[in-house]
Amino acid sequence: MAQASTALERRYGDTQRTDRWWLEPLLVGSGLLIFVVYSTVSGVLGEYWAFETEHGLYLSPFFEPLIHPEFLPDWFSPAILILWAPIGFRTTCYYYRRAYYRAYFLSPPACAVREPAGSYSGEGVFPFVLQNAHRWFMYVALLFIPILWNGAIRSFWLDGEGIGIGLGSVLLTVNAALLTMYTIGCHSLRHWVAGGLNQFSRTPLRRLRRRLWEIFTIANEHHRLWAWTSLIIVGVTDLYVHLVASEVVTDPNTWSGPI
Amino acid sequence: MPTAHLRVWRGTDDGEYVEYEVEYDEGMVVLDVVHRLQATQTPDLAVRWNCKAGKCGSCSAEINGKPRLQCMQRMELYPEGETITLAPLKTFPIIRDLVTNVAWNYDQARAMPELRLRPADADGNRRMAQIDIDRGQEFHKCIECYICQDVCHVIRDHPENMAGFAGPRFFVQLASIAMHPLDTNTRRATVDHGFGLDYCNITKCCTDVCPEGIHITDNAIIPLKERRVDEFHDPLRIIARKLTGRG
Amino acid sequence: MADFETHEFDVLVIGAGGAGLRAAIESAVLGQRTAIVCKSLLGKAHTVMAEGGIAAALSNVYSEDNWRVHFRDTMRGGKMLNNWRMAQLHAQEAPDRVRELEEWGALFDRTEDGRILQRDFGGHRYARLAHVGDRTGLEMIRTLQQRLVALGVDVFQELTVTRLLTDGDRIAGAVGYWRDSGRLVLFRAKAVVLATGGLGKIWAITSNSWEGTGDGHALAMYAGADMIDMEFVQFHPTGMVWPPSVRGILVTEGVRGDGGTLRNQSGERFMFRYIPPMFAAETADSEEEADRWYDDRQHARRTPDLLPRDEVARAINAEVRAGRGSPHGGVFLDIASRRPAEYIKRRLPSMYHQFKELAGVDITREPMEVGPTCHYAMGGMRVDAETGASNVAGLYGAGEVTGGMHGSNRLGGNSLSDLVVFGRRAGMGAAQHAAGLQAVPALDSSQASACDESMEAPFRGDGKENPYTLHRELQDLMQVNVGIIRTDSDMRAALAGIAGLRERATRVKVEGGAAYNPGWHLAIDLGHMLTVAEAATRSALERKESRGGHTRDDFPNASGEFAKVNVVVRRAADGAFSVSQESLPAMPAELQRLFEED
Repeated sequence: MAQASTALERRYGDTQRTDRWWLEPLLVGSGLLIFVVYSTVSGVLGEYWAFETEHGLYLSPFFEPLIHPEFLPDWFSPAILILWAPIGFRTTCYYYRRAYYRAYFLSPPACAVREPAGSYSGEGVFPFVLQNAHRWFMYVALLFIPILWNGAIRSFWLDGEGIGIGLGSVLLTVNAALLTMYTIGCHSLRHWVAGGLNQFSRTPLRRLRRRLWEIFTIANEHHRLWAWTSLIIVGVTDLYVHLVASEVVTDPNTWSGPI
Repeated sequence: MPTAHLRVWRGTDDGEYVEYEVEYDEGMVVLDVVHRLQATQTPDLAVRWNCKAGKCGSCSAEINGKPRLQCMQRMELYPEGETITLAPLKTFPIIRDLVTNVAWNYDQARAMPELRLRPADADGNRRMAQIDIDRGQEFHKCIECYICQDVCHVIRDHPENMAGFAGPRFFVQLASIAMHPLDTNTRRATVDHGFGLDYCNITKCCTDVCPEGIHITDNAIIPLKERRVDEFHDPLRIIARKLTGRG
Repeated sequence: MADFETHEFDVLVIGAGGAGLRAAIESAVLGQRTAIVCKSLLGKAHTVMAEGGIAAALSNVYSEDNWRVHFRDTMRGGKMLNNWRMAQLHAQEAPDRVRELEEWGALFDRTEDGRILQRDFGGHRYARLAHVGDRTGLEMIRTLQQRLVALGVDVFQELTVTRLLTDGDRIAGAVGYWRDSGRLVLFRAKAVVLATGGLGKIWAITSNSWEGTGDGHALAMYAGADMIDMEFVQFHPTGMVWPPSVRGILVTEGVRGDGGTLRNQSGERFMFRYIPPMFAAETADSEEEADRWYDDRQHARRTPDLLPRDEVARAINAEVRAGRGSPHGGVFLDIASRRPAEYIKRRLPSMYHQFKELAGVDITREPMEVGPTCHYAMGGMRVDAETGASNVAGLYGAGEVTGGMHGSNRLGGNSLSDLVVFGRRAGMGAAQHAAGLQAVPALDSSQASACDESMEAPFRGDGKENPYTLHRELQDLMQVNVGIIRTDSDMRAALAGIAGLRERATRVKVEGGAAYNPGWHLAIDLGHMLTVAEAATRSALERKESRGGHTRDDFPNASGEFAKVNVVVRRAADGAFSVSQESLPAMPAELQRLFEED
């Protein structure tokens, strides 16, 4: 009956879990790393961020809205003026926090798996106290939604010749849509629209805000899904615009004749 | 009859895992097998339980390293022949075998602010719309199994934080007070720094393990953090307060 | 004398379910030094298992409802054997107790205009049960628990009381032990409130948890209290029957209140064949009328699925015996074909979860299999309706451990209201008694040391009996011989069996030490269970009729003679039981008139 045994776990990585608990942080960590490296290369060092034909314009979402004053030196990428906002929004996002605290800070690497750090003080101390800036970034992110939709619609607009569609327009539209879903699923926005109220029923306006809260809640329940899909699509769209603009690939569309 | 291979923590902090083989019947849950072990081989095996239907939250333990209610884990979930490891909740001091001393949680309960409702209407009723209480009703589903407290790394891996941290279960209770439609406590009473909300880095293990499916992080902890942002960090509110001279 | 950890209080409450918590709150509010003791952790008591709701004539859903209708329903449900004054106080005070729970934080489901919503339940004329989905008991216990904690009442968790101490013929305190260490504890107190709940663990198929071992019933008898109605045991008609490990777990009556119906093997709604004459006038006699009733109370009579629990349990039992049962020996409870899946999940979330997780059954798609399960003891300590006082000075009681309120059969939903109405009254009664005493009564140390010795016995000696085996045998004995259907010869066999088990119990041997040792705890509880089993069986032998939760094959009808009496059982100091019949308290004429229309 009685056999050899080991004591309760007390060291880093110790766990009695028998499943592949390390897989999720590994995948998440790798995915985020790939995106960070790609966006740095593309946004800061990259060229060919817009593809303009005589008809339509594809502008990489990394550069939307385009701010490109004359006085800036050539090496200064206009993306730098844009990217701080989505980077700030995502870095302070409640989902991404979960993701990178687990994958990079190993705090904890997975549930019921012992973490390495000897001490832990949470989000009350610098630099993590800056996570409170999520509300600020959320306000900025709201401004980006119409701008991105504008970019998407522009990509369908054939200058004076009606409407056309290209693969680039599709990507820009899906990008705007997924980014919208990600933003309206934001915990901070969901709170802001009605979460701070305690009596929804008191006035018609409050009932309306509650209704919005319910809708945002549906998006919020899948915040991770929107976080990843919107991240991937923005990268893919940027890459696509680069490739089309540098003439590595040809954009299939209705204005260049039959595909 | 299939046979379960159990590896059960016996004794106190310096105890050991002991292996047992127990026959079990179709439809049994882990707790049934533990009871059969108790009735046939180890009459003094300590295990806490009450309702055996997932309603009281007594039989929390760690099954293959995951905090669970023993009464809600059917044996079919575990491949026959594989050893099932049963350990007490690791965040709390072990009393004996699978039973831990969860007194710390009751200490947290004593620190909670008390609800202070507005007076009732003239006819003695308190009118509250269903949409005003459905958030609170989710929080009230809590059966106090303390599995969320057990899994939370803030105290599981750093017991020194227990002094200033109420834990997910009590963030749920704070949220329930904070969102009560008729409560008159100040906003700041429920987002008080003393409860240790800042320790939470929203890694969501509490939500993952909650047997009642309460969205602890999304619906209780983050809204509390956001209420604190409302109070202290929202740029528009700061400007509004400056302009109106209030707050 | 052994080394006792000693505490002194004005009022000691034993049991921390709804009744105990409410009693302790009241006593503390009245300024008495109050302690509450419970066998489990605080907040785990059996009250959390109550699902359907708390009955109170709030008249939120039907303005026709009032305390008189509730009173009448309660008395008729109890087959007129209830203590009329308790039933009256209960019906009058329940609404205030429900509103009080709300004030302390309970969040009941709401009506459209924001008042407390009420649901239909068996035996209640109007939709009357305030509820929170199907987890009302949890809401109630948590609310009371938080109120208790806010008041700063001393709580002794996981401490089992084994004896009450007396000073002559009045209460002087109690003795118990910490479950985690085995260390003995002595409480000196001016008054004790028993709120220990039920005794369902004497039966094999039961909805009760390990705690329901009848401790309080036994403690009361040891202290010399009168017990009434011990023969009446409620077998809830709907417990789970499959898989075997969950047999007996409760399926709320709310399933039927919200539209579920009982069917036999061939799909027949058999309850229409079991409508007793007493309820015929107000019960639908066609499926069409029964289904219409859910929406139209004016022109349709209620479905027989919602007859009082004793009637439904007997009907299910008869169907199964006649070979018309479901595959696992129950009947079908079908809400899947009658209500939309969303409605079921919203109204009955924990039932959905329970069947899904434990039986692999999706109740929104398939019927449940259900059968009777031992659920509730109507009988218990005889108490004064106003104060909860027993015949032992200083000993008070509330909730399931007391008798009289529910007569021979309890209506669903009347238990939670009983707990708070009489918990408050017992707490008040005990507090007033304590306030009237100058000092805590003297302590007879020989009583305490006797407890110490009897508790240590299972560790000593060379006995070989396993407490788990003895408990199992007692449960099977009672299930077979003193179950839903009883006869004289079966019950005599049970008495002989109990005597045999009692003798073997002296040879129980416990392994291990005193620290958190469930085998030892069970060995101690076993003595209480045997005492209570014997009291219930002797009472049942005495009542030679069928009524409510007491059905006899050899006396299948109700008798006019027995309609007028309580069976009272007492235990003498030497362990001998005496059983007698005593007249029911007389109901005043103005209340009697409520029943004249029958």
